[in-house]
Amino acid sequence: MQADRGKFEMTRVALTVNDEKRIVETPPMKRLLDVLREDLHLTGAKEGCGEGECGACAVLMNGDLVNSCLVPILQTQGAEIITIEGIAIDKKLHPIQQCFLEQGGAQCGICTPGMILATYHLLENIPQPTLLQIQEGLNGNLCRCTGYMRIFNSVLAAAAKATPQSETQ
Amino acid sequence: MTNRPQTVGSSPIRKEGRDKVLGRAQYIDDITLPGMWFGATVRSSIPRGRITSISFDPAIPWHEYTIVSAADIPGENTIVHLTKDHPCLAVTHVNHCQEPILLLAHPNRAVLPAAVAAVHITYEELPAIFTIEDSEKKEQIIWGEGENANTFKTYLMQKDQKPIPDEVWQTADYIVEGEYRTGAQEQLYIENNGVIAEYDPEKGVTVRGSMQCPFYLVHALELVFNLPAEKCRVIQTETGGAFGGKEDFPSVIGSHAALLAMKSAHPVKLCYDRAEDMAATTKRHPSRTRHRTAVSKDGKLLAGEIDFAIDGGAYATLSPVVLSRGTIHAPGPYHWPHLTVRAKAMATNIPPHGAFRGFGAPQSIFALERHMDKIAKVVGLTPEELRRRNFLGTGYRTATGQLLKDPVDMQHLLTRALEESNYHAKRKQFDAENPISTIKRGIGFATFFHGAGFTGSGERRLNSLVEIELTAEGRPRILVSSTEFGQGTNTILCQIAADALNLPYEEVLIAQPDTTLVPNSGPTVASRTAMVVGKLVERAAESLLASLAPFLPPLLNRARSRAAQYTRTQFCHAALKYLAQHGSLKTEARYQSPGDIFWDDNTYSGEAYPAYAWAVYVAEVVVDTTTYSAQVTNFYALQEVGKVLHPILAAGQIEGGVAQGIGYALYEKCLWRNGHLANNQMTNYIMPTSADLPSIHVSFEEVPSPHGAYGAKGIGELPMDGPAPAILNAIEHATGLAFNEIPLLPEDIFERMTRIPTSSTEDLDPIIDRDTQVETSEVSA
Amino acid sequence: MRSNVTEYELTAPRSLDAVLQILADSPDRYTPIAGGTELMVALGAGRLQPKKLISLWNLKELRFIEVTPDAVIIGAATTFTDIRKHPIVTAEFSILAQAASWTGSIANQNRGTLGGNIVNASPAADSPPVLLAYDAAVTLVSTRGIRTIPYRDFHISYKRTDLAQDELLHSITLSRNMHGYTTYVRKVGTRNAQAISKVAVAIVASSNHGVIESIRIGAASLRETPARLVATEQSLLKQKITPATIAKARAAILSETIPIDDIRSTAKYRSVVAANLIEEFLQTL
Ligand SMILES: Cc1cc2nc3c(=O)[nH]c(=O)nc-3n(C[C@H](O)[C@H](O)[C@H](O)COP(=O)(O)OP(=O)(O)OC[C@H]3O[C@@H](n4cnc5c(N)ncnc54)[C@H](O)[C@@H]3O)c2cc1C
Ligand code: FES
Ligand code: FES
Repeated sequence: MQADRGKFEMTRVALTVNDEKRIVETPPMKRLLDVLREDLHLTGAKEGCGEGECGACAVLMNGDLVNSCLVPILQTQGAEIITIEGIAIDKKLHPIQQCFLEQGGAQCGICTPGMILATYHLLENIPQPTLLQIQEGLNGNLCRCTGYMRIFNSVLAAAAKATPQSETQ
Repeated sequence: MTNRPQTVGSSPIRKEGRDKVLGRAQYIDDITLPGMWFGATVRSSIPRGRITSISFDPAIPWHEYTIVSAADIPGENTIVHLTKDHPCLAVTHVNHCQEPILLLAHPNRAVLPAAVAAVHITYEELPAIFTIEDSEKKEQIIWGEGENANTFKTYLMQKDQKPIPDEVWQTADYIVEGEYRTGAQEQLYIENNGVIAEYDPEKGVTVRGSMQCPFYLVHALELVFNLPAEKCRVIQTETGGAFGGKEDFPSVIGSHAALLAMKSAHPVKLCYDRAEDMAATTKRHPSRTRHRTAVSKDGKLLAGEIDFAIDGGAYATLSPVVLSRGTIHAPGPYHWPHLTVRAKAMATNIPPHGAFRGFGAPQSIFALERHMDKIAKVVGLTPEELRRRNFLGTGYRTATGQLLKDPVDMQHLLTRALEESNYHAKRKQFDAENPISTIKRGIGFATFFHGAGFTGSGERRLNSLVEIELTAEGRPRILVSSTEFGQGTNTILCQIAADALNLPYEEVLIAQPDTTLVPNSGPTVASRTAMVVGKLVERAAESLLASLAPFLPPLLNRARSRAAQYTRTQFCHAALKYLAQHGSLKTEARYQSPGDIFWDDNTYSGEAYPAYAWAVYVAEVVVDTTTYSAQVTNFYALQEVGKVLHPILAAGQIEGGVAQGIGYALYEKCLWRNGHLANNQMTNYIMPTSADLPSIHVSFEEVPSPHGAYGAKGIGELPMDGPAPAILNAIEHATGLAFNEIPLLPEDIFERMTRIPTSSTEDLDPIIDRDTQVETSEVSA
Repeated sequence: MRSNVTEYELTAPRSLDAVLQILADSPDRYTPIAGGTELMVALGAGRLQPKKLISLWNLKELRFIEVTPDAVIIGAATTFTDIRKHPIVTAEFSILAQAASWTGSIANQNRGTLGGNIVNASPAADSPPVLLAYDAAVTLVSTRGIRTIPYRDFHISYKRTDLAQDELLHSITLSRNMHGYTTYVRKVGTRNAQAISKVAVAIVASSNHGVIESIRIGAASLRETPARLVATEQSLLKQKITPATIAKARAAILSETIPIDDIRSTAKYRSVVAANLIEEFLQTL
């Protein structure tokens, strides 16, 4: 693609995305978000702001929640990335996804991929969070539709559901 | 066989929800078309002036680019909303910062920003105006002439079309005056405005994108391209929030992308980034409301004079209709023996303001509900008692003369809301605790209504049409131009059709809005979808059933709609049999104005809306006197919205609206510097995060309305109206300070709290008190 | 307006030595990038000036928290999450952990580094006031060698630091002598989370029978750099907390701060709130 002709060399970056090994040739400062969306055609991560404020682009990098709009692709060399596309288990909704669906945690849905990844990360770290911990865990994911109430409910429901099964993933 | 339980009133999974939680839903920026190029917009850097030159930096290989100017427009250079004042691309003059002048397209998205920066435009600058006051002075005329100079629209609304008799003012016990202001507010949908356009010399223009009202864009394209409607195809893609911000604006960006597609002969994607979206697209109209109210000693409103002014920005866009809704909501849910509302929408050199949830009503309701608390203070009644003495009820007439025939019980709503929020006990408790604490707590409320559907004769003019067809598999599919952008359109319309057809919710399909395939069921705005479009879906479903009746089990031939009893399989067999015989089946329903709805645009009187939602919102706040910051700590939203079609979606709508209302009141400020939005970034435009919002307790009072499907009324805009005044009323309770402008930031509270003490009583100055000395400082709860 | 990424170079050497060598050799300057939560924002906004960058992310030599009997040493590329999770930091340097906990969201804390926060040198940054109050030392490294200076001498003027062109910030050292001190930190931002400070104050103090024996006050957004409020400290030393002392301290704050009006707040608000915060702390002594 013409987008990638530039003054500097392209770099080869090998990373794992949703458990698949991927190799991309890209300018090293290209944002992980753009590599996911343009090079790997994974459009689940969204750009809401491009400045780390909204969390719509959130993915997991080596298990940590990061905003992919602020990660230069070279820094993902050898990293494991999980995007919203990698959250469902064997084509079945992950319990978190199921709870967002049932509890009305997704309205327009644009913040949802990031919100679900933030929830995933939160529940990995704190399996039974308090409301305050949920508010903190999600405070980097802006949602303009819901007023967050039903998102909190979704997280609480997912936490309740996850008690026995979560070890299996 | 038993009657299937109704899905209306239950909370099935939202139709497109699965794709959303899987990250599979395709928003416009997720879509790539073969051979697609990317577009960008060259905009004005000054608020007002004459373009003197445009030059292109030779460092850029311009031959690779498509460049569109106004000269490339095949039709009219206008973005039509209500008038044609708004150019598609500026030619000789610019009237606001960020006004589009040229469009660029290139196959490589990455090179466009530098190209935009390499177009050098010089101007002869003209003096610009940025406020309602500047606009009123008419020293600079930036729009219209004569009477209309700087004025997009005016209304005069008088109770019984009569002026207020002088003697009312002369004999009133009190005259209470106040001025209230609201700021601009950014919709801040998380998905920016974006479209992809294609052009084919034979077939015409196709635009797909993020939007609320596909047929608005069709209409805009017809003029810009001078093409018949059939050659202007618009497809709504999954839309990541809108709130009014994608009502009128897609006509602009959609026309731009289509021009680039035509000239480049490629599909062109034009998606704004956040900074451009915030700087260049519409916001909520700022407002100024002046109240002058005659009140009797016992707290009866005798007469009100309301001057309502909004800042429309540089072009008219939807300002006249925003103004209209603001005007009609200005008197609130109260009985006014005499009332005059003078309203005007003024022009400034700010990017045009446009639709935003509430559409003028949050502005005038903020003013009124703050003013009611002020009146209460002056008269010596509690805010509760003052309102109780003036509420409208069944059998009353509104300020436009509309007779309230449906049951209305604001007294009960208020009682229930104050009970649920434990208002009285909290008020006492805070009154006792505040004097000894640096943290001041307060509780306040607002009582209000919101009209559902288009204002006045709007619905009749829209003449909406809804269709339902059978798919080849024998499933019903709803065809509407009503769009889903999170509020649940897809889901509730399918629920309504499912019940009307006596089918499970899952069986009903809804088509993607594509103007070549769906009829015009009107725009998705004005809280009209559940009530107006829902009713049409119900009727179209009934007529589908009537057509299928001969094929359904004989016993049930005459059974209609909800009374029908058959299985899903039987329905499907009937449908397939019908299709085998007739090839296809599509039924329709067109809007019929209820016989008893009349509206006179000239006198501004009549039935303003077919139905109203009624509400009482209670806010609890803390004000920290160390940091002067106010925070909402608890929120109760009680409303009567007719039948609640989907409790989870409905509560979600209210919670989301309340959150936006809290942002409107306490956080979200548009900072204009010489007509530029200086804080066009999410880091500087402060919307509430998950850590800033209180628990929002939502409850409904369900009084089915005869107008909407299954008794539903509108719900979408209502929750935007109440939070701001309830919060500022609560802050007044907490601090004793009356704030009359939003957004109210800590710096504003700081200014008032640290002001020299002598001026602190100035706030109740414009009161004429005829016989008693008013005790203004102490009002018992 | 976005930058064109094809115009930027980024290298990621595997070791600190390799990075330092490049910084020393390269005639045109490389800019370090750690978590990128400052620089990538600039890139997104089309404001990233340097075109050649060198990555420090995940360099083992810079991402560590070392505990010795006398000190806790935090590598410059240690993230805020690392800091929040560290038991000794949270126990002994709780206001640093606290400041880390409100430095943007969780996603930001997973990437943003303590070193990036300091070197970026924003007057509004959250960790500097705390590090000033703890009287931290910073260690700078280059092929020329290592030097350690008091953090209070690090910031020279607006966005200018004592770091030389070929130098990196290596680590931050906190002395483990906090026993018997009272600490205070409060951030006043534009909202509860994901907020840039309008003003923030961090204090480490000790008192005996109501008399202040030692006090260090660090503050954000009151001067062009993160600031130690030395005059205010002086006005309080050896004093009992009385309305008169508080008034003197408030006057001292005004004398040594030059806050500004900007997009987030006003100068007046900032100085009065800073004084209120300090008073709030003094009232608890
Ligand atoms: C959404 C968001 C919210 C934020 N909220 C806050 C907040 O609440 N409070 C706050 O203080 N900050 C906040 N920040 C700013 C930012 O996260 C911090 O300043 C962070 O500490 C920067 O670290 P970094 O490693 O990501 O910096 P980078 O962007 O990698 O680098 C920042 C600067 O430091 C230099 N640098 C980095 N490491 C070294 C080193 N070891 N030696 C020499 N130079 C070095 C770089 O060259 C660059 O100039 C926020 C940022 C975002 C995007
Ligand atoms: S797009 Fe990355 S945080 Fe908003
Ligand atoms: S659901 Fe629309 S932004 Fe969260």
